[in-house]
Amino acid sequence: MSAGLRRTVLLVAGLAALVAVAAFAKRSEVYLLTLTLVYLMATFGLNLTVGYAGQMSLGQAAFFGIGAYVAAIALKAGIPFLAVLPIAGIACFVVGLALGFPALRVQHHYLAFATLGFNVLVFLVMRNEEKLTGGTFGISSIPRPTILGVSFEGHLAYFYFTLAGLVALAAALWWLLRSPWGRAFAALRDNPIRAESLGVNITAYTLLAFAIGAACAGVGGVYYASLVEFIEPGPFHFSTSLMMLLAVIVGGSGRFFGPVVGTIVIILLPEVLRSSSIESLKFMQKWYLVFFGLAVVALMIWLPGGILSIADRFRKREAPR
Amino acid sequence: MAERIIEFDRVVAGYSESLTILNETTLDVRKGEITLLIGPNGAGKSTVLKTLFGLLVPRSGEVRFEGRVINGRSQRALLADGIAFVPQGRNLFGSLSVRHNLELGGITLPRAELPGRIEEVLARFPRIRERIDNQASTMSGGEQKQLEVGRALLLRPRVLLIDEPSIGLSPKLVVDVMTLLRQLAEAGTTVLMVEQNVRTALKYSDRALVLEMGRLALDRPASELLGDPDLNRLFLGGHAPAVPGVAA
Ligand SMILES: Nc1ncnc2c1ncn2[C@@H]1O[C@H](COP(=O)(O)OP(=O)(O)O)[C@@H](O)[C@H]1O
Ligand SMILES: [Mg+2]
Repeated sequence: MSAGLRRTVLLVAGLAALVAVAAFAKRSEVYLLTLTLVYLMATFGLNLTVGYAGQMSLGQAAFFGIGAYVAAIALKAGIPFLAVLPIAGIACFVVGLALGFPALRVQHHYLAFATLGFNVLVFLVMRNEEKLTGGTFGISSIPRPTILGVSFEGHLAYFYFTLAGLVALAAALWWLLRSPWGRAFAALRDNPIRAESLGVNITAYTLLAFAIGAACAGVGGVYYASLVEFIEPGPFHFSTSLMMLLAVIVGGSGRFFGPVVGTIVIILLPEVLRSSSIESLKFMQKWYLVFFGLAVVALMIWLPGGILSIADRFRKREAPR
Repeated sequence: MAERIIEFDRVVAGYSESLTILNETTLDVRKGEITLLIGPNGAGKSTVLKTLFGLLVPRSGEVRFEGRVINGRSQRALLADGIAFVPQGRNLFGSLSVRHNLELGGITLPRAELPGRIEEVLARFPRIRERIDNQASTMSGGEQKQLEVGRALLLRPRVLLIDEPSIGLSPKLVVDVMTLLRQLAEAGTTVLMVEQNVRTALKYSDRALVLEMGRLALDRPASELLGDPDLNRLFLGGHAPAVPGVAA
């Protein structure tokens, strides 16, 4: 079986398993799974910035939050969900361009500082602009979508709805990275100087990667708002950006499915442990953060390419090229 | 004498303020010729090419292309002007397929022109056509170099800069590459080549420039240098004999 076919089979099997598992899972578990899918939208986007354009972004949660607040306000105003998605996506794309353009002109690490500052700023706006954002009280009663008469109100229905959205988003990114001009992103990831020597406009592509990554987070934010039905500034704190960045790096930045692995390890696993009622796992609840911190440090030392790079190691040992 | 297409006029360049590699380097390349740039390791040959291709910005002096100053121009602009660069070593995107590598080489072309250009390159390199859907990193060293050159030719450059193309290639493949460069030159492309494989390269070149410590030490017709009994001594670390008419 070719590597491509194997991957497709694996992917379809994984999706089928997810669909089946959710059907039998408890309500709280479905909620957790949906939450993971929503975060995945943001980390898939962040992978474009970090993995492909080689930029550190510490503000993905801010875009996630902008998407969520735009959705909360727009959905409550009666704008249909499918219209809110592009609004939030484009809003984050434009803000991404506006933030990235000056930052990327200066120097490499500037984007990290700029996004960090941006996240703090966005957080303050969410907390203090009470008229618009509800301040610390947040915005409640955010509706879930009804599309063509089909309601996605129920927790399972909304899970499938989100899963479909994630698959569409990932497919769009996949297509983008394989389109003739999107291939420049891969070139940028492999070797920016070589790419530049072929005439790839590095600055433009880096900026585009960042803005598209921001748009993905915005889209994720829309799904998030509808999922939790109540938003307040807390989840969009800079620390969430750090977790998202960690998820991308731990999974294997610059690998298409890296964020899937990373998001499961960084975002789903801690939640599973925290909410578990199994006695042996209760012990883990207490120690998870310590264990988790050590694991990440160990991983970065011994496996800097992320979890998905394990496969490469074995392949290299078997058949050195 | 063919017209000068590239000129270095007292170019000073290096990798940092304190590290000057090209020290008032003056040289020229003539249209439609293969100019061979040789000299001891660390003389600054690669630095000349990098400076020409805008990867280093001269601190002073002028780099001219067809009479216009091109100091520090962007690679995109230089490619559009018709200058292509095949650097030393491996320059493919190993994770991408052969076809995708070629397509990237044409990223500055209008989309509609790309398929025709790729066909043009594949017609010249049947071996690349055979491997078109393989991952670039799975190709042999010789194939990779062919692909790099093919990728550069996609833009139909008027000037091809190529740095040590023979590294890692078998003698037969070296001859193939040199023959290809000769064909390109006959068809009007100007070639500036850096090569350690001096004897072979001289046979295919029109003119040889010897660089020493960032300065032009010798400028002679390739055939003349090839017959020079001093040739070996020249490249075994000795100094070039003084030649009348060349500023050392
Ligand atoms: N990227 C670099 N940074 C710093 N110094 C460099 C770099 N590349 C080359 N050099 C130095 O510049 C000098 C000339 O290098 P180069 O032009 O590559 O020589 P050549 O191609 O003639 O062997 C050498 O002393 C080398 O060590
Ligand atoms: Mg060199």
